[in-house]
Amino acid sequence: MSSSLRRGRKTAVVHGEPEPKGWLGLAFILPSFLFIVLLFLLPLIMTVWMSFYNWPLLGRAKFIGLANYAELLGDAQLWHSLGFTLLYTVLVTVALFLVAFPLALLVDRPLRIAGVFRTVYFMPVVIGFGAASTLWMWLLNPDSGVFAQVLRATGLIDSAPRPLESFWPALAVIILMVVWKTSGFTMIILLTGLQSISTDVIEAAKIDGANVWSRFRRITLPLMRNSVVLALVLNVTSSMLAFDQFFIITQGGPSNSTISAVFSIYLASFSSYRLGYGSAISFALLIVLVAISAVQFVFLRQRPEEG
Amino acid sequence: MERLNYKPQPKPASEQLSYLTFILVAVVFALFFVMPIVWSFANSFKPAAEALANPAALFSKAFSLENYRRLEHVGAGWYVYAGNSVVIAAGTVLLTVLVSVPAGYGFSKFRFPGQGLLFVLIMATMMIPFQSILTPLFLILKAVRLQNNLFGLVLIYVTFQLPFSVFMMRNAFDAVPKALIEAARIDGASQATILRRIMLPIALPGVATVAMFAFLNSWNEFLAALIFLSDQNKFTLPIMLVNVSSGIYGIIDWGALQAGIAVTMVPCIVLFLLLQRYYVRGLTAGAVK
Repeated sequence: MSSSLRRGRKTAVVHGEPEPKGWLGLAFILPSFLFIVLLFLLPLIMTVWMSFYNWPLLGRAKFIGLANYAELLGDAQLWHSLGFTLLYTVLVTVALFLVAFPLALLVDRPLRIAGVFRTVYFMPVVIGFGAASTLWMWLLNPDSGVFAQVLRATGLIDSAPRPLESFWPALAVIILMVVWKTSGFTMIILLTGLQSISTDVIEAAKIDGANVWSRFRRITLPLMRNSVVLALVLNVTSSMLAFDQFFIITQGGPSNSTISAVFSIYLASFSSYRLGYGSAISFALLIVLVAISAVQFVFLRQRPEEG
Repeated sequence: MERLNYKPQPKPASEQLSYLTFILVAVVFALFFVMPIVWSFANSFKPAAEALANPAALFSKAFSLENYRRLEHVGAGWYVYAGNSVVIAAGTVLLTVLVSVPAGYGFSKFRFPGQGLLFVLIMATMMIPFQSILTPLFLILKAVRLQNNLFGLVLIYVTFQLPFSVFMMRNAFDAVPKALIEAARIDGASQATILRRIMLPIALPGVATVAMFAFLNSWNEFLAALIFLSDQNKFTLPIMLVNVSSGIYGIIDWGALQAGIAVTMVPCIVLFLLLQRYYVRGLTAGAVK
């Protein structure tokens, strides 16, 4: 690297050019390019390729055309997991906005203490899903968890509920954990939008006699549309890819009702060792994700820019 | 100064009331976010009998490292898993910085044909999640004998850390005005001097951001580690946690689990508290605009 740097200087000095020679820039980018080609582009192409094969972990792969896709269309469990993932995505996204919006409004003030609260709300974001999931497993554990303890102490209940044994309570546990772990993230994105609004606009509306609610609805919300859409896109995409919390907390149960889309890729490829079928599911999920993102971006483009 | 004038000056009653309401609401939320962490951490130092009797109590009568000692008997022992996580995180941080800093520099300060296309290609990694190419990645790592290998996992983490990191570093180098570089060149500064004295100080916060995200993401990553590591003694901390939480003979050692959670989450929280302004910078980099 250092020798190419020196050569760069020489050309600059000799020819008196303001910019070093272009090919040198290419050399700087080469390592990144290699990573992307070998560990992103190649496997991406392979995913599509493998999806047309019956590809066991051991033994010979066999071309089967669209058979994996035909199976996928008739796979009731897979449709269920896709439906479940969509349901989860909608519920989590709504829940995150319901918690994160008030949080962002709450800490959007020029006080040092507000900064401290921001940090506190954000803290769970940096903890991994593995640690967060096992932490909430313990909190909600009916035998030795804190919630069971508190419930018993109030005397209202003598045996704590077992939420993981039926679908809706299990889903509620997951959503509660995800809201705890990630609303700080949404809060920061929304806060960035809030802080980009000039106080003059708000002051002017105040003078015109707009009340708190109409100021929020007519001015704040439209002006921070970009950060709302950004938070939406990020939350939807990451929820569609959720895996850790289901693998760890519900283990897909009760009776396979909480198997997410990525979970079903994991099961096909690394539990049944049907790599071709796993690839077909991966590619289908990829298409769904790209479609969702495209719809969101079209939505973002259509509205005129305000402010 | 402006921020501080709330406390010392006497305010009208209505403003004091709204300040009190703010504090009250904010504290309730703070409890929701911080108590699970505090509870779990406090319980990791309790002897088993006491933790079972009263898990909600924060202060233990007897401080005990019993849970951490039992965690030594989980699989290969927690320090082996912590060691693996440290190796993987350090490797990912180092390699991500080594690869993305030159790339950011190349994109920012050079002009060459195909540059735009290359940039889009690297950024495309951000749109397509690694979960959807896991199956072939497994085969590729197997083919080059890096499956079930810590370095193999590092290579994957670096790849998916790249678009964010290259973008971050390009913006960092963009912040160095061309006039400054030219002036230094006219003054006779060598390219090395320009890099060290002008580029580096301006790019350093970008490097801190890139390094921090690389650390947190590789330290916490679960799915790829679950798939690509198969030997008991190669697991990382998140995989260890799952093994403890699924229990031995169906019985979960909750005390050891608390100790494991503490070992896994405390480094992340400490790092975040030390470098939080870089974290927020990273989250908002380019994304909102």
